[in-house]
Amino acid sequence: MSHTADAGAEAAQDPAPDAEKGKRKAVSEGKRAERKLGLLLCAPAALVMIAVTGYPIFYSLWLSLQRYDLRFPDQREFIGLENYITVLTNSYWWTSFGVTSLITVVSVVIELVLGMALALIMHRTIVARGLVRTVALIPYGIVTVVAAFSWRYAWTKDTGYLAALLAPESDLLTQRVPALAIITLAEVWKTVPFMALLLMAGLALVPDDLLKAASMDGASAWQRFTKVMIPVMKPAILVALLFRTLDAFRIFDNIFVLTNGAQQTGSVSMQTYNNLIKGLNLGIGSTMSVLIFLAVAVIAFIFIKVFGTSAPGSDNGGKR
Amino acid sequence: MAVIGATSGTGAKARWAVLDVIVVVYALVPVLWIVSLSFKTKETIADGNFIPRSWTLQNYKDIFTTNEFLRALFNSIGIALIATAIAVVLGTMAAYAIARLDFPGKQALVGVSLLIAMFPQVSLVSPLFEMERSLGLFDTWPGLILPYITFALPLAIYTLSAFFREIPWELEKAAKMDGATPAQAFRRVIAPLAAPGVFTTAILVFIFCWNDFLFAISLTSTEASRTVPAALSFFTGSSQFEDPTGTISAAAVVITIPIILFVLFFQRRIVAGLTSGAVKG
Repeated sequence: MSHTADAGAEAAQDPAPDAEKGKRKAVSEGKRAERKLGLLLCAPAALVMIAVTGYPIFYSLWLSLQRYDLRFPDQREFIGLENYITVLTNSYWWTSFGVTSLITVVSVVIELVLGMALALIMHRTIVARGLVRTVALIPYGIVTVVAAFSWRYAWTKDTGYLAALLAPESDLLTQRVPALAIITLAEVWKTVPFMALLLMAGLALVPDDLLKAASMDGASAWQRFTKVMIPVMKPAILVALLFRTLDAFRIFDNIFVLTNGAQQTGSVSMQTYNNLIKGLNLGIGSTMSVLIFLAVAVIAFIFIKVFGTSAPGSDNGGKR
Repeated sequence: MAVIGATSGTGAKARWAVLDVIVVVYALVPVLWIVSLSFKTKETIADGNFIPRSWTLQNYKDIFTTNEFLRALFNSIGIALIATAIAVVLGTMAAYAIARLDFPGKQALVGVSLLIAMFPQVSLVSPLFEMERSLGLFDTWPGLILPYITFALPLAIYTLSAFFREIPWELEKAAKMDGATPAQAFRRVIAPLAAPGVFTTAILVFIFCWNDFLFAISLTSTEASRTVPAALSFFTGSSQFEDPTGTISAAAVVITIPIILFVLFFQRRIVAGLTSGAVKG
């Protein structure tokens, strides 16, 4: 109100009100151009992402409500939630769900501990820091299938050095519990460096002064770690846990190569793949797809709501 | 005394050196093992020795004389390069807009890419399998390139927008003062400054595409578009009675070489890319 009045008064006094107006118009035009450019620049990326994920997820939902087996295409029909009942009352599904959850929880916990250790080493080592960081990236970069073959041959009876060293008489990959342990080992080995890098980003945020002050006050190394570093790093830790939990839940490559799901070591992703590509049962495969999607959504929801993980990118960082 | 010694001195150096060695052993042993297997002769491959007792290049000769591996390698390189190029170009455009411009739907885009980053890829396998079959994309290069771009884009957008926020934007303003349009400012001033970040992102995206296995086995059915990770699981020896351990190992070593080169030459960039995206993204 008062602003318009001022502007009016100004306009009355100002000999060149048009210039003022023109400038304001230019600003809003610039704003409009900026918006247009922003949308134009984002459109291709957004379109690809939506076309390849958005549409298929709804299509998947639609397929999951049908009896649709590619071996018997004539029997295709809408059956409502029947596929969900079939899957959710199937003991194989729950076995693989249990296996997936177990591997996820165990491997993420181990990764957090080892990842923190590796992050501390990479961050603080005074000897050959570049070398350590370089070498630690190898497990991160290496093709998962390659690493999985390395572990498989390492544990294969006769062929493997680890088998020869630790269990020369038995074939561990054909026994359920040892096989699950080896799968977890392969998963942990591959992803500790990634976890460590995410945590290292958090470590870099811990002020040195604070550590020194704590040290002066007589805090032990362990106290400095738990009382100073952990609280500062908490957001980074939660993001790392969220990323890795969701990633571990979709475990596929390692299991495929190591056991191919034998002896009930298959994950939910393996089950879906088997139903879909081997069994050609699109209805059941899609149902499992939807259920995995829901499980992942629940995990993400728990992390964000219960632990207060700030999802990277959704914070105010972008506005700064 | 011990407390002071913990921060400096040769004792501390020795302790760090020991820890460093543990990390090096941890990271390298599985890689060295597959290398060792690839050099073993057929007679000694099942001896369980970490270091080959007798060395041979036969496994490499075998894979490089079969069409199966060469074709898969060609597919892997071609598909990963094309997907990387497209994802980086689209990602650069979007990340620039996210980092610099104010426009409606920005938060939505960030949210969608976050969702995709966390998306269980297997959930897409069934609908993509069906859609690609009806569109004629199944078992073709574009059939793999498309999902790779999609899952690489969130990674590209995060990493790049983190890099873009570090760029001195006063230069852009100066360019605009001199009469450049926003588009010109982007092309002439910012793009060259952003090149290192773009390059880093390209490496990360390439590693991602190079690594994929699930889409590669689900959306292909022949050698026409099967990439090396997928082809490995179909490897048999030169006859069906032959154990493929040696040839699989040799092929595995070949596709690990680019990764090792990236890591050796661009360690700093990769670490910067992964950590900046994680914290500030």
